Amino acid sequence: MAIPKTIGIETEYGIVHRGIEDPNPITASSLLINAYLYASGYRTENSNDAVHWDFIDETPGIDARGCVPTAAMPPDVETHLVNAVLTNGARYYVDHAHPEISTPECGDALSVVLHDRAAELIAQHSMAAAAEMLPPDQELVLYKNNSDGKGNSYGCHENYLVDRATPFGRIATHCISHFVTRQIFTGAGKVGSETPGQSTDEVSYQITQRADFFEEEVGLETTLKRPIINTRDEPHADARKYRRLHVIVGDANPSQVSTFLKVGTTALVLALIEDDALRREFVFAAPVAAIRRVSHDLTLSEPLELVDGTTVTALEIQWELLDQSRKYVEANGVENVGGAAALDVLDRWESVLSGLETDPMSLASQLDWVAKYRLIEGYRERHGLDWRNTRLRALDIQYHDMRPERSLANRAGLERIVDEADAARAMTEPPNDTRAFFRGKCLQLFSDSVVAANWDSLVFDVGTDALRRVPMMEPLRGTEAHVGNLFDECDSASELLRRLGS
Amino acid sequence: MAEREQVRKPTPADREPAEQAAAKATERGEEIKAELDELLDEIDEVLEANAEDFVKSYIQKGGQ
Repeated sequence: MAIPKTIGIETEYGIVHRGIEDPNPITASSLLINAYLYASGYRTENSNDAVHWDFIDETPGIDARGCVPTAAMPPDVETHLVNAVLTNGARYYVDHAHPEISTPECGDALSVVLHDRAAELIAQHSMAAAAEMLPPDQELVLYKNNSDGKGNSYGCHENYLVDRATPFGRIATHCISHFVTRQIFTGAGKVGSETPGQSTDEVSYQITQRADFFEEEVGLETTLKRPIINTRDEPHADARKYRRLHVIVGDANPSQVSTFLKVGTTALVLALIEDDALRREFVFAAPVAAIRRVSHDLTLSEPLELVDGTTVTALEIQWELLDQSRKYVEANGVENVGGAAALDVLDRWESVLSGLETDPMSLASQLDWVAKYRLIEGYRERHGLDWRNTRLRALDIQYHDMRPERSLANRAGLERIVDEADAARAMTEPPNDTRAFFRGKCLQLFSDSVVAANWDSLVFDVGTDALRRVPMMEPLRGTEAHVGNLFDECDSASELLRRLGS
Repeated sequence: MAEREQVRKPTPADREPAEQAAAKATERGEEIKAELDELLDEIDEVLEANAEDFVKSYIQKGGQ
């Protein structure tokens, strides 16, 4: 039986430091995050003690295929930059010259959307806090996109807990067909192409931000020669039982519906893969060409060649995956695929595929690529502009502007599926159904005693003896149901540790 | 792919008389157009003043 899908999203935001010559994005990102940490009470004048990230278990160079090709480039772990853990269980840090927020571990797709929205609010509060620290003619602005339109890309990665017993080859095969074709509802839209050698004359507008940057089918890299299937094997959990599938092909979505479907459909497909319930394999003859072809085809009708010589469209594969998922849920229930949220995923998945098939523009309040296209095409028509006109690229970037008053996504009438007040609470409150609850509560109540934290452990200094590490190798232990009463009953970290028996 | 027909919800056209649906669609189409016009007016107000410079200076370091 498939294991419950614990899910998280990590988003690297684009950053612009306005008002200075020669801005440095690393300095700007550090300033932004520190401003938030001070403004939110994580750091004070008297103490510089925001709880730091603990790198002891970080091994991003381990490959899921069981070997590391010598030419592959495992990513470096940067330990010297700002790196904080928040009381909602999230991580907020500087990564590759971008501010990055990793949501806490979430139990279903709706919880992911809530914490992704909370991350957006954290980004907005950070910009406001930075404005307080900067001279009035300077400003830090964040963009929730994945490309600067000049060939530089930065990621929005998804993470899914999967059963170690599932053969990696089976995961790779089915995930490639899902990742190539789910773009039709996960895409955030982009003016022009960044595929080397291709111009805006050939591709005026495409469905995704990211497709142009993928060069391999399967591999370890995340910044060079990006693969459709990333093989980083770093489970942040008991490695004998679990893998963490690290998905790097997705776009960062301002649309909550796109995010919900992106993680909800992928969690379902992974459960079907674990239970070997996908009878039909769609193996593309050329997956890298296919991912671009799908992204570049606004008609959604482009035939994709399979290794058996037949062809199939992205919509056909998505209908098939939806059908199989429905059957799976009918037979197995929703317990391990996200509970009630999974039923909503199935219904929205179906309605979006129907919309894409009959009239994609009918989804302008749901999908980013459609919402953005409607704005840009409307503007282009009104002003009689050529697709190469720079104003259209400006609109593209500004769709993702995180300043509420400037964001075009914010004006596009996108449907919201999580409550704003709930999202504001989720800036500081962890999910209650994963180990993030334990991490978050420890930081809320006993941050003075927490020396360091990471995904799978917390390190305490309770003053008396050596530092104490509390391992959290099970992502679904440390929930409110497990340990909620301990936080009600313990007045100190030492009492908590005693009660935990460590 | 024939099986997928079973899971689809009826389209609006299956549920209501075609004429009524067409009238509604026209009405909705006009609403959408009015909304878009309003939105485009707003965009003119909030769009970065110098699009050329803005786009040129939007340069990011590659990330993951």
